[in-house]
Amino acid sequence: MNTNTNRQVVVIGNGMVGYKFCEKLVAKQKNERRFALTVFGEEPRVAYDRVHLSAYFDGKTADDLTLAPQEWYAENDITLYLTDPVVDIDRERKEVRSHHGVVVPYDYLILATGSGAFVPAVAGVEKDGVFVYRTIEDLELIQSYARQTRNGPARRGAILGGGLLGLEAAKALLDLGMEETHVVEFAPRLMPRQIDEAGSGVLQRQLESLGLTIHLSKSTQEITGDDVITGMQFADGSHVDVDMLIISAGIRPRDELAKSAGLDTHPRGGILVDNFLQTSDPAIFAVGECAVAHHMIYGLVAPGYEMAEVVAARLMGEEKEFRPYDMSTKLKLIGTDVGSFGDPFAAEPACRTIVYENKAKGVYKRINVSADGKELLGGILVGDAEQYNMLLQTCKNRTILPPDPEDLILGSRGGEGAGTGATAGGVMGLPDDALICSCEAVTKVQLCQQIADNGHNTIDALKKSTKACTGCGGCTPMVKDLIQAVMKQQGLYVRNVICEHLEYSRQELIDLVKINSLKTYSDVLDALGKGDGCEVCKPAVASVLASLWNENILENGHATIQDSNDRFLANLQKGGTYSVVPRIPGGEITPDKLIVIGQVAKKYGLYTKITGGQRIDLFGAHVGDLPQIWEELITAGFESGHAYGKSLRTVKSCVGSTWCRYGVQDSVSFAVEVEERYKGIRSPHKLKSGVSGCIRECAEAQSKDFGIIATEKGWNLYVGGNGGSKPQHAQLLAADVDKETCIRLIDRFLMFYIKTADPLARTATWLTKMEGGIKYLKAVIVDDVLGIAADLERDMQRLVDTFKCEWKEVVDNPELRKRFTHFVNVPDQKDPSIQFESLRGQKRAKEWA
Amino acid sequence: MESLFIEHEHITWHLACEVQDIPVDGGACVLVEGRQVAIYNFARRGEWYATDNECPHRQQMALSRGMIGSQNDEPKVACPFHKKTFSLRSGKCLNDDSYQIATYPVTVKDGYVYLGMD
Ligand code: SRM
Ligand SMILES: Cc1cc2nc3c(=O)[nH]c(=O)nc-3n(C[C@H](O)[C@H](O)[C@H](O)COP(=O)(O)OP(=O)(O)OC[C@H]3O[C@@H](n4cnc5c(N)ncnc54)[C@H](O)[C@@H]3O)c2cc1C
Ligand code: SF4
Ligand code: FES
Repeated sequence: MNTNTNRQVVVIGNGMVGYKFCEKLVAKQKNERRFALTVFGEEPRVAYDRVHLSAYFDGKTADDLTLAPQEWYAENDITLYLTDPVVDIDRERKEVRSHHGVVVPYDYLILATGSGAFVPAVAGVEKDGVFVYRTIEDLELIQSYARQTRNGPARRGAILGGGLLGLEAAKALLDLGMEETHVVEFAPRLMPRQIDEAGSGVLQRQLESLGLTIHLSKSTQEITGDDVITGMQFADGSHVDVDMLIISAGIRPRDELAKSAGLDTHPRGGILVDNFLQTSDPAIFAVGECAVAHHMIYGLVAPGYEMAEVVAARLMGEEKEFRPYDMSTKLKLIGTDVGSFGDPFAAEPACRTIVYENKAKGVYKRINVSADGKELLGGILVGDAEQYNMLLQTCKNRTILPPDPEDLILGSRGGEGAGTGATAGGVMGLPDDALICSCEAVTKVQLCQQIADNGHNTIDALKKSTKACTGCGGCTPMVKDLIQAVMKQQGLYVRNVICEHLEYSRQELIDLVKINSLKTYSDVLDALGKGDGCEVCKPAVASVLASLWNENILENGHATIQDSNDRFLANLQKGGTYSVVPRIPGGEITPDKLIVIGQVAKKYGLYTKITGGQRIDLFGAHVGDLPQIWEELITAGFESGHAYGKSLRTVKSCVGSTWCRYGVQDSVSFAVEVEERYKGIRSPHKLKSGVSGCIRECAEAQSKDFGIIATEKGWNLYVGGNGGSKPQHAQLLAADVDKETCIRLIDRFLMFYIKTADPLARTATWLTKMEGGIKYLKAVIVDDVLGIAADLERDMQRLVDTFKCEWKEVVDNPELRKRFTHFVNVPDQKDPSIQFESLRGQKRAKEWA
Repeated sequence: MESLFIEHEHITWHLACEVQDIPVDGGACVLVEGRQVAIYNFARRGEWYATDNECPHRQQMALSRGMIGSQNDEPKVACPFHKKTFSLRSGKCLNDDSYQIATYPVTVKDGYVYLGMD
């Protein structure tokens, strides 16, 4: 088997770093095979992405997480033994022996045994219901235990350890549906290695609002229960009852094999290596979490990958050494951002510390600037880590700081809309060798070359050619900015095309469709595209056609290009039923109409709920019942609420001067008027509005796509607000205008948005990306610098004039009604797979299997 | 279309529905032999396809309501729930290797659609 020319390399451990070593060595010896590779792995599967282990609970499978499929090893002539740990290294004979008795000789041996969870010596850790969080098998055990303990599903869980991994595990327990999740930390603060006390305080409040209970400065004395955990007893005498516990108190390097082979190890664990990752035996290297380099264990994947690179390079005769590595980190998924970079704890007088804290918003930011004010030494971000990448780069590249370094965390406060522009300029301001992707060690200049010289101007293309963005994914936003910046620099128009079938931006498409009078999807694809379309371009074209021609979306072949919600004029729910949302303009409704909603809901067995948009949603309707339900609602005077469409949802109102002692204008009447005007209009994304009767803002108008607030003199119009996961306040477009002017400006604003936004971009995103921001928008909408205001108003008026309630059209049209059935060959039969559970006197959808 | 399947020996053809029951360039669900099958009239390509109606991702009876299209000429359907897409030819999931659905031969004659199932 072994030829003499091939030297034997044996890798112990098929984890993230062990795999990366193989990948690097394979790539480096592409042309001449100098080494034969053998890999031993203890786990039952090939190396997988441990960093994204928690994604396993979000439905990712073991296969999704695999770094390279088993065939990859075969294709590259790597002999792979899985479920077979190495149990002995014979350094005299230079061979290893596995648990199953396989003996393989080596010229070079690579130890990549990683680490295991550190389990402190607390009485009772061996009890059932106590877990660690390291491998896929651990997660499987946790999941099945949470579903079924001896006393039914687990309701209360705890995490021992409030560090990076502990909080990730806590999120997992929340997602598993625990009613209580406790995080128990020995130190007086959370994430003690990454953030300071003030940051921990802010983080703690955020986590508590997510439903976690945090216990700090707690030393656990005993895990109670007979042979199954029932609680935790603390040294201070307190106690919590829990059904399960995940221990995440740190890592313990797997150095047992090295130790028994007589290699030097650190008294507190870990295999000692020099700058070349060589152990005390020059033929043996150690990489990843089992190695102690520069006096420390690097418990992160990026430095591990760099170690793999160094060893692979040295075997190939390249000069390389492992330098102290940056330990900056960002917490991935707890629902609040946390970042820590450089030296987060550097303290005065060696540096100046600048702190920004906003308790109400749950934001804490700290940067440490060198005493001379020139360099960024490190910092901490909690609650808002948007600037993480830029700060990290500024710190790592020792970029000279601006005169007011506080701008780095506060954003330049000079003019409106400056923030995003600064970041975009910022990427190009970085030095060429700035490490953009630290997992794969890809520099700015490498990326720029691929983009400029090889035309790799998509994330996918760059993933293939440079491997950037394939690790933790943290650099993706920066790589996107780089693509844009490089293309712009080359004078290339940055094309934001819809998909492989239609290589136009939405804005180009709407113009072309209009000029060519294209009326159906097939016409559009024949004239402008190629292939057979897909789920991306079909709804995008549907929206464009509706915005231009306003035909019924279920006729003329439009039905099958709609997203499934539009195709059935109702929102598709878990389990396959639909929801029914009648329009209730401005949230105002008569008692008689309320009664009808109640009667219909009862008759068809629907779950009813008041929505966040001041109206009523009826859930759980069978597709076949929809036309009947709507017929009854329409008879009572209701119309479609378009809850399914990318179109106007609700115009929220406050009661205003009709009843409120502070109201200065009749906000309800105006809200009803606005909702009636814009109902049914299709747009790139959904539209929401609100009208408040005074500055107390009870209708939250400033969180809407367009919002109106009454003043003593008239109305203030705000645009570009958003709730949702990235809330953004709307900005003032016009002040103290009368109703007619207000409507005219909204007409122009909405039509301009409809014509120029990308598919699925809310007004807030669109405005944020707009060059010149609100100033430019004002110039176009209010001052009409482009001279298009009259066109915009006319186009909007046409849409308003051609409005028809699409549900009424279906109810009145037998052909369309026929489409609302589950089985076309047995139209009266309902889908037998639909199941409900009962809940507080109503029904709910059955949980996903 | 038919000739593709002629060499399968044990195919029994079941009457599924009328041609007009299936929307042009879209799909609909039929119940045949107790099984929910999604049938697609891919008129743009002049082809008919049939697959399981159930999406293996969250076991939802929904594929017939998905949008059809192509990816590098491979005909596909996108599940309306979370947009997993499946090849209409092989049933392979195109954006997640861990899923696979069954496909069935279809033939159209005299205004009727027939499904081949063993
Ligand atoms: C029913 C409702 C929740 C409730 O019970 O209160 C709801 C339900 C859904 N929301 Fe919502 N949202 C509802 C109010 C909101 C609000 C609050 C509001 O409007 O005041 C927001 C934040 C405000 C905003 O949009 O700016 C909201 C932000 C979202 C988002 C995120 C949008 C964003 O820009 O970030 C989505 C996802 C999307 O649209 O892509 C979403 C999507 C959805 C979908 C359509 C998800 C889906 O595709 O199935 C849900 C459909 C439920 C159904 O089957 O009918 N929903 N959703 C509310 C309906 C209001 C209504 O009467 O129309
Ligand atoms: C839940 C979780 C989240 C994380 N999040 C992040 C993050 O956000 N960012 C980040 O940078 N890092 C993160 N990490 C850390 C990252 O996963 C590790 O740094 C990385 O996996 C280390 O790689 P490794 O190859 O050294 O060790 P491992 O991936 O642990 O691989 C070692 C392998 O060697 C095997 N082995 C041990 N002994 C033997 C033997 N004698 N014979 C054969 N095989 C053996 C083990 O079974 C294991 O499969 C996270 C870790 C976890 C558990
Ligand atoms: S927030 Fe909106 S989208 Fe999310 S679960 Fe609630 S209703 Fe559904
Ligand atoms: S159920 Fe089909 S993609 Fe999730």
